[in-house]
Amino acid sequence: MLEQYGYVGILLIIAVGFTITIPLLPKLLQLIGLIPHKKNPTKSGQYECGMQTIGKNWVQFNFRYYFFAVLFVLLDMLTIFLYTWAVNIKELGIGGLVAVGVFLVILTIGYLYAWRKGALQWK
Amino acid sequence: MTLLDQFQLLLKAANWPDWAVYLTPAVVGILLIIVFILTVVIVFIWWERRLLGRFQIRTGPNRCGPEGIFQPIATAIKILLKEDIVPEKADKLLHFIAPVIVFVPILLIFAVIPISEGAILVDLNVGIIFVIAISSISVIGIFMASWASNNKYSLIAGMRAIAQMVSYELPVVLSLVGVALVAGSFSMIKIVESQTIPYILLQPLGFMIFFLGCLAEMNRCPFDLLEADSEIVAGYHIEYSGMKFAMFYLGEYGIALAYAGVIATLFLGGWQGPLLPPLIWFLIKVFMIFSVIIWMRATLPRLRVDQLMSFAWKFLLPMAVINMLIIAIEVLVGTMQWLMIILNFGFAALLILLWSRLFTLGGGRVEA
Repeated sequence: MLEQYGYVGILLIIAVGFTITIPLLPKLLQLIGLIPHKKNPTKSGQYECGMQTIGKNWVQFNFRYYFFAVLFVLLDMLTIFLYTWAVNIKELGIGGLVAVGVFLVILTIGYLYAWRKGALQWK
Repeated sequence: MTLLDQFQLLLKAANWPDWAVYLTPAVVGILLIIVFILTVVIVFIWWERRLLGRFQIRTGPNRCGPEGIFQPIATAIKILLKEDIVPEKADKLLHFIAPVIVFVPILLIFAVIPISEGAILVDLNVGIIFVIAISSISVIGIFMASWASNNKYSLIAGMRAIAQMVSYELPVVLSLVGVALVAGSFSMIKIVESQTIPYILLQPLGFMIFFLGCLAEMNRCPFDLLEADSEIVAGYHIEYSGMKFAMFYLGEYGIALAYAGVIATLFLGGWQGPLLPPLIWFLIKVFMIFSVIIWMRATLPRLRVDQLMSFAWKFLLPMAVINMLIIAIEVLVGTMQWLMIILNFGFAALLILLWSRLFTLGGGRVEA
């Protein structure tokens, strides 16, 4: 088992190495002089369709999906339980299905409540 | 018995030391996987350009090589020789790391995709969960890119990316429960072997939900809100140029290949098929899925943000739960497979018809 995850680890190391090398290639070619490197204040400014940026760019703004994020965390927990039930469905039988049913009913009430309260509406 | 295991036995028979027996097959396998990904991605780029050209009644690139097959390579050389521009006020470190974090998870997904019979790096017993867990890391890279660029457009794109991810993760995860229910395992190889009838026929609704969820997760049309060229210019990679931009570009096709591979494995029977060799069947299925993706891009207009969110939360999520319950009951009762096909197609049509009544198109605004 651990050997298998070892392979995933090796893949991770090679993948990170591979992906870090690619953006470093232009830096190497820049040293040889194949790639131009001319600094220019306009070039290294922010792109905003030709206009000068007004104020700071890292601003506070309402990202609007706070409720979605909370609901996501709640329901994502549900899926963990469902997966463990799903592979053992034959052994757990009707009892397991009833348990999952009760679990889902509780969540459905919460889901419908959120829907009625307008939490699922993008405002 | 995967090809990797056979390779290991071969080396052991040749009296190699233990660490070499463990490492060599893995490294060779990984290099082969990376070569496979890059080759298919290059063909994907060419295929998308050609097919999109056909959809728009033009020829597409046809000058470099036969049928323009070398066009992606020409693009790659051009992009390699571009100047690497980093904005003055950007967060330089994050700006550099972001493409790496987007690209690495995509390579990791291929660890559990059986490309051909036995050609899989590791047959993890939690295959499906591994794919879901790893694939959601990419969005962190996208958000890093959008934040580090220090640009208002890209910041909006990053926020949209997370909203989209948060919404479409659930339907994707729940629709795969149906696969696990029928197969009785998470292991990719066992799932493929259990598909005497492809699962697309056994659970059409689950397939549709998963396919749409995948489209949203790989940020493809009609869900490409975070790139939306006409609203927020280019979204999260607006301040990227040269090779770093190429990473995002490759990543976009890489994730398309990864998800096409996952769909082919879970719903279309993976490498299985008559007459032709397994690898060819896998590639045929992957290209079929990718062609449908391009077709959707050519046909459907981009969704609005509120439409996108209500589609996920009010349509796909309840459908996924109902689909899962129907399949659970069918598996428990022990329904014959041919009966399951008829029943599930009926349920899919009925549910989609009933649920779409909830959405009324009044003046273009979706209410539910």
